[in-house]
Amino acid sequence: MQATALGETPRQQFLRGLRDGVPIGLGYLSVSFAFGITAVSRGVPGWIALLISMTNLTSAGQLAGLDLMVIGCAMSEMILTQCVINLRYALMSVSLSQKVDETVRLRDRFLIAFGNTDEVFAVASGQPGKVGRYYLFGLIVAPYIGWSSGTLLGTVASGLLPASVMAALGIAIYGMFVAIVIPPARKSRAVALVLGGAVALACAFRYLPVLNRVSGGFVIIICAVIAASLGAIFAPIPEDSEEDATT
Amino acid sequence: MTTSIPMLLLYTFVMAAVTYLIRMLPFVVFRKPIKNRFIKSFLYYVPYAVLGAMTFPAILYSTSHLASAAVGLAVSVILAWFGRGLLTVAVSACAAVYLAEWVMVLL
Repeated sequence: MQATALGETPRQQFLRGLRDGVPIGLGYLSVSFAFGITAVSRGVPGWIALLISMTNLTSAGQLAGLDLMVIGCAMSEMILTQCVINLRYALMSVSLSQKVDETVRLRDRFLIAFGNTDEVFAVASGQPGKVGRYYLFGLIVAPYIGWSSGTLLGTVASGLLPASVMAALGIAIYGMFVAIVIPPARKSRAVALVLGGAVALACAFRYLPVLNRVSGGFVIIICAVIAASLGAIFAPIPEDSEEDATT
Repeated sequence: MTTSIPMLLLYTFVMAAVTYLIRMLPFVVFRKPIKNRFIKSFLYYVPYAVLGAMTFPAILYSTSHLASAAVGLAVSVILAWFGRGLLTVAVSACAAVYLAEWVMVLL
């Protein structure tokens, strides 16, 4: 049983991942709750909505898929839509492949890839240095439970939580994102500029005519590719560094 | 809705398969460190760029009012600036939004 540079046992790594996943799971509750309600309101049985959440584990893709399955679209259209909306995960998976340490075996990759959501990726990326498999396994647990149980709750009882509490929970995921990006942006001017560039582009795609018609899945890919490319061109990371997310 | 249960199950399976393949293939294919400096730098910046684009302006529309979301954003930026943990920042943002919406009802 190997320990990391931090001297943590596998059990400690797993528990640290588990703890870091709790805010993600909480944030997912409200989003998947809304998905459960939406699915039932469109006439999809609750158990199928739950099955979708337990096998897909993605918000935008599931919502788009729901719309398509209700109208009975062609299977090719379903496949194409899922590819476009979820393409950002390919980018994240390449990035995460460079972040994991040697404890992550091939068979672990098949499992970890399933849980590589936007938020899991974000938290894993925010860790200093490399991440190991025990941490990643722990990190995936709470989001998976939150996403599945939120869907179940949504399908069973739409009026379970007061609207005011639901509205407040909606910001949880974003609050977590802010907590991930602000400290490194404070330390590194290049990270701050990449972040600012991505935000400026996202605003343009939200508020400018024509641009605001581009679908959400594309917007994230376009903004991320442009901002990260500019960062890589104008502020390449030093050669031969054991690149570390905190430096 | 007229779609039958077997068709719904087939759609579910197709969605799950496509989503999983997109996540799994790059993660399994890229198992060695990438050497190219541009690509390394690009991948280093990707998380920040993705998070930035996903967070703002979307955070402003994540609650029932723009104003309460702005309060939540301000609270999370301030706490994150002083290095608070993920859970602290997320829960504080929720609490700030809840209080802000409660105050707005009173006004």
